[in-house]
Amino acid sequence: MKLRDIAHSRTGDKGNTSNISLIVYDMKNYDLIKEAVTAERVKVWFGDIVSGEVVRYELPAIGALNFVMYEALGGGVTRSLALDIHGKSLSSALLDLVV
Amino acid sequence: MKKIRIGSGAGYAGDRIEPAVELAQKGQLDYLVFECLAERTIAIGQKQKKQNASKGYNELLEARMRAVLPSCYKNEVRIITNMGAANPIAAGHVVMSVARELGLESFKVAVVTGDDVLLELQRLDLKLIEAGVALSQSGKDILSANAYMGIEGLVEALESGANMVIAGRVADPSLFLAPMVHEFGWSRDDWRKLGKGTCIGHLLECAGQITGGYYADPGVKDVMNLARLGFPLAEVDESGDAVITKVEGSGGVVCEATCKEQLLYEIHRPDQYFTPDVVADFSNVTFQQEAENRVAVKGASGLPRTDTLKVSVGYNDGFIGEGEISYAGPNAVARGQLALDIVKERFTICGFEPVEARYDLVGLNALHGVTRSAQNEPYEVRARVAVRCSTLEDAIFVGNEVETLYTNGPAGGGGVAKSAKAVLAMDSCLISRDQVHASIIILGGDKE
Repeated sequence: MKLRDIAHSRTGDKGNTSNISLIVYDMKNYDLIKEAVTAERVKVWFGDIVSGEVVRYELPAIGALNFVMYEALGGGVTRSLALDIHGKSLSSALLDLVV
Repeated sequence: MKKIRIGSGAGYAGDRIEPAVELAQKGQLDYLVFECLAERTIAIGQKQKKQNASKGYNELLEARMRAVLPSCYKNEVRIITNMGAANPIAAGHVVMSVARELGLESFKVAVVTGDDVLLELQRLDLKLIEAGVALSQSGKDILSANAYMGIEGLVEALESGANMVIAGRVADPSLFLAPMVHEFGWSRDDWRKLGKGTCIGHLLECAGQITGGYYADPGVKDVMNLARLGFPLAEVDESGDAVITKVEGSGGVVCEATCKEQLLYEIHRPDQYFTPDVVADFSNVTFQQEAENRVAVKGASGLPRTDTLKVSVGYNDGFIGEGEISYAGPNAVARGQLALDIVKERFTICGFEPVEARYDLVGLNALHGVTRSAQNEPYEVRARVAVRCSTLEDAIFVGNEVETLYTNGPAGGGGVAKSAKAVLAMDSCLISRDQVHASIIILGGDKE
């Protein structure tokens, strides 16, 4: 299945850093995403979109993971050449991941 | 237990106005906060102020105030905002003239200043974080430097009894924390309560993003009536626990899922959210749906604040030139790709060397790159060229080259759009707290 079937997500930006939350609908799936969606896997999944490292934070109290992706926004909202200068659409790419 | 109701009337500079009016009329609020100052917005304001000394505040200020002031005045809702942007004093005078025009007797505005630290920055020659070197070594054409101030000035302004508090660069959650500290008398080193209040502020600061905006996904996460989205309000008690809700009958939804998404919005380490007031800890926050569109928030905490404040530094960073053209029907992708290849080759022929460039096919690969582009060929694509340039002339040239594809490019290209803009980029640095001083200016308040 895809992450989209069990979780939802929102992207935020600060400078050239993007953060993507991954939140399970049902708490029983938290262990599954914690196991399957590692920082390494997310780094590979985003490929050349993310030049820097990906750091993962765990929030078991709400059944969520938070991925902080450095050097991911073409210099950040103020100077990016990208169509999506904030990287707001990146959460949708994460939800396409198969677990 | 004492409770106050704080509404969020805007999530960014250009946000919708009617939801704020609805909150002012029907929200039974004590405070209405307008957070309208993104990182870059203040630098844009500084640029406007340089061109016209009476400008540089939020462009919708007058329209917003005309819309909400009558209800706020009548219902004794006090307003707190950073709509002053680069020119809070001018903004204060604008609000006073609207209040006079509306006949609001004894209306009083407290203006908070002190965030502009450009001179201090230059004197101290502080290190720019992203550039990694001191200001004087960076070679950057610095335009503005504004420190993120905390609740100090805002609380003092509230103590003056003003109907409205207008600031420039203050941290977004501080706009919401200030009325809590003012009303509940929280100690300035009660880090747990300051952390809880900061969490509530963080949840509210993007307005509609916690009431169903930026959330809907048809068939998966359906949200009713987004065209009439209601903005959020928090019922906060003196222990710092809160319920997030919205005006009954307004569009959108407040549920645990919308709250969770907003909790992590623009957050890095959840247990270390730095603000001028506290290092807030959101890692143990929980949400509980207690009724339809009512979610209880508990569990935030905090650690002592740091000795430095973040400063947003704006600088001129050259230009961006852009051009777009669309192709549709059979073989649209191939024609779009040919269009991009032609433009690339034209740059070489014309001796133009882009500093940095992007060649996208919108509809295929513009958002997530080539590797993740759709297997199925889209019916239409938009070829897009975006180039970083050192001069405005070069930036204009980029759009013009795309435009020539009308008569010189692949078959059936239509809908050209082009633009050339100056880039106002941002860096940041840390400044010692003792270099930044909030001061308050009171306008009005007399019977006129």
